[in-house]
Amino acid sequence: MIRNKKRCVAMILAGGQGSRLGVLTKYRAKPAVPFGGKYRIIDFTLSNCTNSGIDTVGVLTQYEPLELNSYIGSGAAWDLDSVTGGTFVLPPYMAKDSGRWYSGTADAIRQNVFFIDLYDPDYVLVLSGDHVYQMDYNKMIRAHREKGADVTIAVLKVPLSEAHRFGVMMTDGEGRVTEFAEKPKEPKSDLASMGIYVFSWKKLKEYLKKDAEDENSDNDFGKNVLPAMLSGGEKLYAYRFSGYWKDVGTIESLWEANMELLDSRGVNLWDKDLKVYARNPNKPPHYVGFGAEVRNSMIAEGCNVYGKVEHSVLFPGVTVKEGACVRDSVIMQDAVIEENSTVIKTIIDEDTKILEGARVGGDGEITVLGANVTVEAGAVIPEGGRTEPKSTVKKG
Amino acid sequence: MLNKDVFGLIYASEDNYNLRELVIERSVAALPIGGRYRAIDFTLSNMVESGIKNVGVITLKNYKSLMDHLGSGKEWDLARKNNGLLVMPPYDTTASKGIYQGMCDAVYSKIDYLRRASQDYCLLSGSYTIYSTDYSRMFEEHIKKNADITIMYSTEEKKTDEAIYDDVRLYTDEDGRVTDIEYESKLSRSNKLGMDVYLMNKTLLETLVRNACARGKYDFVTDVLIPNINKLKICAVPHKGYVGRLTSLNDYFNINMDMLKKDVQRDLFAAGHPVYTKIKDEPPVKYKENASVENSILGDGCTVDGSVENCVIFRGVSVGRGAKLRNCIIMQECTIAEGCELTNVIIDKFSEIKHDIRLMGAPGFPVVIRKGAII
Repeated sequence: MIRNKKRCVAMILAGGQGSRLGVLTKYRAKPAVPFGGKYRIIDFTLSNCTNSGIDTVGVLTQYEPLELNSYIGSGAAWDLDSVTGGTFVLPPYMAKDSGRWYSGTADAIRQNVFFIDLYDPDYVLVLSGDHVYQMDYNKMIRAHREKGADVTIAVLKVPLSEAHRFGVMMTDGEGRVTEFAEKPKEPKSDLASMGIYVFSWKKLKEYLKKDAEDENSDNDFGKNVLPAMLSGGEKLYAYRFSGYWKDVGTIESLWEANMELLDSRGVNLWDKDLKVYARNPNKPPHYVGFGAEVRNSMIAEGCNVYGKVEHSVLFPGVTVKEGACVRDSVIMQDAVIEENSTVIKTIIDEDTKILEGARVGGDGEITVLGANVTVEAGAVIPEGGRTEPKSTVKKG
Repeated sequence: MLNKDVFGLIYASEDNYNLRELVIERSVAALPIGGRYRAIDFTLSNMVESGIKNVGVITLKNYKSLMDHLGSGKEWDLARKNNGLLVMPPYDTTASKGIYQGMCDAVYSKIDYLRRASQDYCLLSGSYTIYSTDYSRMFEEHIKKNADITIMYSTEEKKTDEAIYDDVRLYTDEDGRVTDIEYESKLSRSNKLGMDVYLMNKTLLETLVRNACARGKYDFVTDVLIPNINKLKICAVPHKGYVGRLTSLNDYFNINMDMLKKDVQRDLFAAGHPVYTKIKDEPPVKYKENASVENSILGDGCTVDGSVENCVIFRGVSVGRGAKLRNCIIMQECTIAEGCELTNVIIDKFSEIKHDIRLMGAPGFPVVIRKGAII
C-alpha cells in the first residue's frame, strides 16, 4: 500500500535519554527539554522540516515519552498536520513474533521501514531531535540529488581539539567522503558530522537489512551503517553547513546556548524565513512592574517581573517578585522567584518555587534545580548544586 | 456547560466614529487591545470558556481584518466538526441588501443560521465590551426566573458626556426584573449599565427582529427592548468584575492603561480562564543593554533598547536605542527608531517612527498615528 508518494520523508530520532542533563531529563526525553524562553529542543528540528516544505515526519521516541508525545500532539503547532502527510510519533512496539526496544539509531529506522514505505519516498532525511539550529534541508536534498549521492552527511567545521566528540570525515575536492571515523581518539579532520543525513531510500533499506543481520553491530548510523556504506563503495558526500548549530546535551552547553541567544550569537529566532514554531501557552503579554530592572534578557508571555533580571531567559508565566535578583540564569515555565531571593547562574525547571530571601547558585559552576522543587525561605543552594524534581530544600 | 443549550451570536459590525482613526480601516471588534488581543477575543473567549461551542459572527464593514484574525476558529478551539465558528459577512438576499442599519436587520438577514442551530437559546452580544465572565450563571438565572430576555449589566456611575455612546441604563425591581430602560440619557439616575449581551430563546429573537424590521426599525435597544418592557419579562444579572467599553478614543486609551493594573490583570486573565487570540509564533521579548522598562505590558516578538514607562506594547514592536516612551500604546510591528521621544501617543500597526522624532499628546488627548504611517 502506498498512501501518497512523497519525495522525502523525515525521521527524527527523539528517543535519547540525555542522561548528562541530569535532573532536567529525569521525567522527560532530551528533545522535550525547554530552551530559549518558549521553545523545546525538538521545535528546531520540527520547524526546520516545515520551513523546508517537508510534511511527513516520523518521530522515534523511547525514553520517558509522555511529555514529548503530548507536546507534539498532531503536529499542528508546526503546521505539520497535513492531510496527505503529517506527524507520526513512532514508539517501539510489539509485533506478532517479536518486539523489542530500539537498540540503536539505525535499528529505530529499520523497525519502521514499513512506515516509510507507505510514502514510497526517494529520500529519507534522518535527523536528531537533540540539536539547536536552523537549516533549510531542501538545499541539502538538492545537493544530494545533483551529486547523485547515496548518502549526504551535513558537516560543520569544528576546532580540531573538539573533533573527537563527533563523527569525523575526510573528503576529496568534490566533497566526496573518503574516510569516516566515529568519535576517533585522534581525529584527522575538523569536518564533524551534525547527525543529519539524506539517504536514497532504496540504498538505505539495503544497508539496514545487512546491519540487522550482523550480530556484532551496535545498529548505529555513525558507528556501523555509514562505515559499511563507505567500504561498500557507495557514494557518501559531505554537505557543508556554516550557520549556528549546537548539541545541547550537557548542562554547560544548554546554559551556554541560552546565553548565546542573549548575546545575539545563537540561533536567530527573528529570521522570518526560518521561523521557529512552538506550542503556544496562551498567556497574556508579560508585565514589568514599577521599580523592576530588566536588561540583556529574554522574557516570554505571562511573566510578571517586579525585581531585577539581568542576562537571563524567562519562560512563560515566570514571576520575579520585588527585591529578587536573577542573573545569568534560565528560568522555566511558571517558576516563582519570591521577594529578596537571589538566583545566579542557575537553570530552574518548571513550577519550582524559590521562597523569600533564599540564595541559589553562584558565579562558578552552573546550578540546576529540577521541576516542582520548593526552596524554602532563607535556604541556600551553593553553586554547582543539583536538586531532584519535587524535592524541598530546607533552611540550614 | 452550555454547549447543548446555548449558541453565541456576535454582532461585530459596530462602527463608532468616536474611535476616529482607529476604526477607519476596521470594525470595533477588530481593534487591537492589551498588547496581543483584538476586542472580539474577550467576548469570544468568554463564550468558549462557558462551554458554548457554536458561535456565529456577523460582520459588515471591513471584515477582512476580522476574518484574517478569526480564521477557522482553531485558536479558540472552535474549528469543530459539529458546531464551531461561522463568520457571516453581509450578502444580498430578498430580505436584505446586505447593508445593515442596526442589529435587528443584521440578525434577521442571518435568520437561517438561527433556525439551523441545534441549541434553543441565543446569547446575542456586541463586540466592544471587554470583560471576563462565565455565562453559565446568567443562563441558570434566565431559566430559574423564567425570563424572556436576560441582560448582563455592571454597576457604573455615569461618566462624561463623551462616553454616552450606546449607554443603556437599567432600572430593576427587587427580583431583578427590568422595569425601565434609558438609552443615551444624560439625566439617568441608574448606575446599572447594560453590557450589550442578551440571552433569549431563539424563536423569540426571530420574532422580535422580524417584527422590528417589518416596521422599519433596526435598533435592538430602542426598537425591541424598550417597546416590549411590559410585554416581556426582561431580567438583569449583575457582573461583578472589570468592564471596559470601547466607546471613544479616550476609553480605548484608558482601557489599555487599565491593563497595567494588577487587579484588572487578575480579573481579565484569571488562571483557568484564558483569553484566546490568534497565535503569531513570535520569540520572547528581547531586552537589550539600554532597556529600562517600568509598569508596562509587552507582547511577544518585541525588541527593546530604550526606556518604556506606562505603555502597552503589542507583538513585534522594536524600540530603538535611547528612545523614550511614556503613556503610549504601540500596536503590532511598529518600529520606533533611536532617540525618539513619545508621550501619550497611540500608534497603529506597521508604522515607522524615524529617529529623533518627538510626539507629544496631552493627557486625555492622545496623538493618534494611522496604520502604516512613516514619520
